[in-house]
Amino acid sequence: MRKKDLSGKYGPLLRRFVRHKAAVVCLFVLTALILMALLAPWITPYEPTKPTGAFSQPPTAEHILGTDKIGRDMFSRILYGMRVSLLVGLLATLISTLIGVALGLVSGYFGGAIDKAIMGFTDMVMSFPYILLVLVAAAIFQPGMWSIVLILGFVDWPGVARLVRGNVLSLRETNFVKNDLASGMPGRYILFSEILPNTIAPVLVYATSVFALSILDEAALSFLGMGVQKPTPSLGNILQGAESLSVLTDKPWLWVPAGTVIVLLVVCINFVGDALRDALDPRNAEG
Amino acid sequence: MWKYVLKKLLLVLPVLLGITVIDYLIMSLAGSPLDMMTGPRVTEGAIAARAAQWGLNQPIWVQYWNWLTEVLHGNLGFAYKSGQPVSEIIGSHLGPTLLLMGVSMALGLLIAIPAGIYSAVHRYQKRDYAVVSASFLFSSVPGFFLSLIFVYFFTVKLHLLPSSGMYTPGTGGDAWDVARHLIMPSLVLATGVAGGNIRYIRSAVLEILEMDYLRTAKAKGLGRRIVIRKHALRNALLPIITVIGMQIPTLFGGAVIVEQLFSWPGLGQVTWDAVLTRNYPVIMGVCLLSAVGVLLSNLMTDILYALADPTIKY
Repeated sequence: MRKKDLSGKYGPLLRRFVRHKAAVVCLFVLTALILMALLAPWITPYEPTKPTGAFSQPPTAEHILGTDKIGRDMFSRILYGMRVSLLVGLLATLISTLIGVALGLVSGYFGGAIDKAIMGFTDMVMSFPYILLVLVAAAIFQPGMWSIVLILGFVDWPGVARLVRGNVLSLRETNFVKNDLASGMPGRYILFSEILPNTIAPVLVYATSVFALSILDEAALSFLGMGVQKPTPSLGNILQGAESLSVLTDKPWLWVPAGTVIVLLVVCINFVGDALRDALDPRNAEG
Repeated sequence: MWKYVLKKLLLVLPVLLGITVIDYLIMSLAGSPLDMMTGPRVTEGAIAARAAQWGLNQPIWVQYWNWLTEVLHGNLGFAYKSGQPVSEIIGSHLGPTLLLMGVSMALGLLIAIPAGIYSAVHRYQKRDYAVVSASFLFSSVPGFFLSLIFVYFFTVKLHLLPSSGMYTPGTGGDAWDVARHLIMPSLVLATGVAGGNIRYIRSAVLEILEMDYLRTAKAKGLGRRIVIRKHALRNALLPIITVIGMQIPTLFGGAVIVEQLFSWPGLGQVTWDAVLTRNYPVIMGVCLLSAVGVLLSNLMTDILYALADPTIKY
């Protein structure tokens, strides 16, 4: 009986998600990649930061993706790099989503001068050229993993804030919230038990795209040398080597796999997010 | 109409002021250019002299105030060390950036607009999925990785295209030469522009296709082509204007990474160097320019919107 209830609530959602075949494939790929990153120490026998083979060796049975110019195993560098990139993406998304949700809720619920002030500030942050902000911020802090997390986290929130605010504004006009207001429910209850749960779905979908973007931004910053610092590997700083022409032309194993992993991660996250959007959209409820 | 424009302009000014204040604050927090003067032969006195010369011995708000009054008098200041006027530096690098970004944006939109419309019209068919998947792929490839791939194929393997600069050194740089240098960086940037916008335009057109007036048009027995061309596309103009408006800001920020990789002599490079050497006047100049650009393009979008949509009152 109980099982049937569950399928009643999540069944259609799952069915709508499964309809996106590409997204299902992507979910599997993503899960596999995340597991590989998490289980890195058990998958690869080599340390990512210690030389374990000959210099710049092409792929062999021992080092399936070859070694870099100081003899570190590329496969384990990519696995550990994926860990760093995923962690940066996840934390940055968490921070920006929390800030965005908090500001959006306050702005939409209280309205008036508070709303004007918060939205004015949001507009200002949004009209900064994004890359400039990130670059200048990257110069403030010592470059490194934690500063990247903070920078991306504090730069990416305006989109979430606007989304949540818009949602709160339209939820305030719904009958169930009006009913709460009329029956004198405390604001705390209305905000956290009625409005917040109803904005989670769009925020979740938006967060997937922020996650994808953060991974891309981390890669770009690390590639430029302003992100995660060597010897800690990240997908971006592994690619730094390809700036030299000899690596680019003669040693494709040093840059093609790492770049491909970034593309794979980001494409999959985007596809899953898109399918989620479809599955969670109440307008598709009959499907 | 003019009253509307004026009102909007007046609203823009405080925002612009706010942005410059935040810019100045962040920049000053980022570290002083005096930190860059290190070495055995640099004495305290020399640093103090520099600080006085560049006005860095004053409190931040006084520095900001000085900068602001100079700007209001039309003077963007002078770059540290070289002493070159900031307006001159920006002026000489603005052209290449506008060229690169303009071409990339046009190329990206030229792909995105037809692809988005095509995809929306063939919703839930194989062609639609193909276009949407391509757009996800486009927006998921890091620009620098795509640049590396392009350089690998077109420069290293095929010897077709030059990989750095805007024209071959030593030659005057005729249009053909510049065009050849432009192909790779603009393709990389156009891919990013197209990727994000295909889906945006697709969903905007889809929304219009669901409108009642289109159902009416179809019910009247009008042909599919006429319905889409005459009734749907005209209304799709609004979201397309918005898309173009949203793209313009990136024109001014410059594509720092792509310019860096292809040694394109644009504002992105200037910004990068200025941030690395903490060249305050140059950073502020670029920030001011981009902020003005962003705000003006927002304003333009509002105005075009008001012109294209008769239901908006101003």
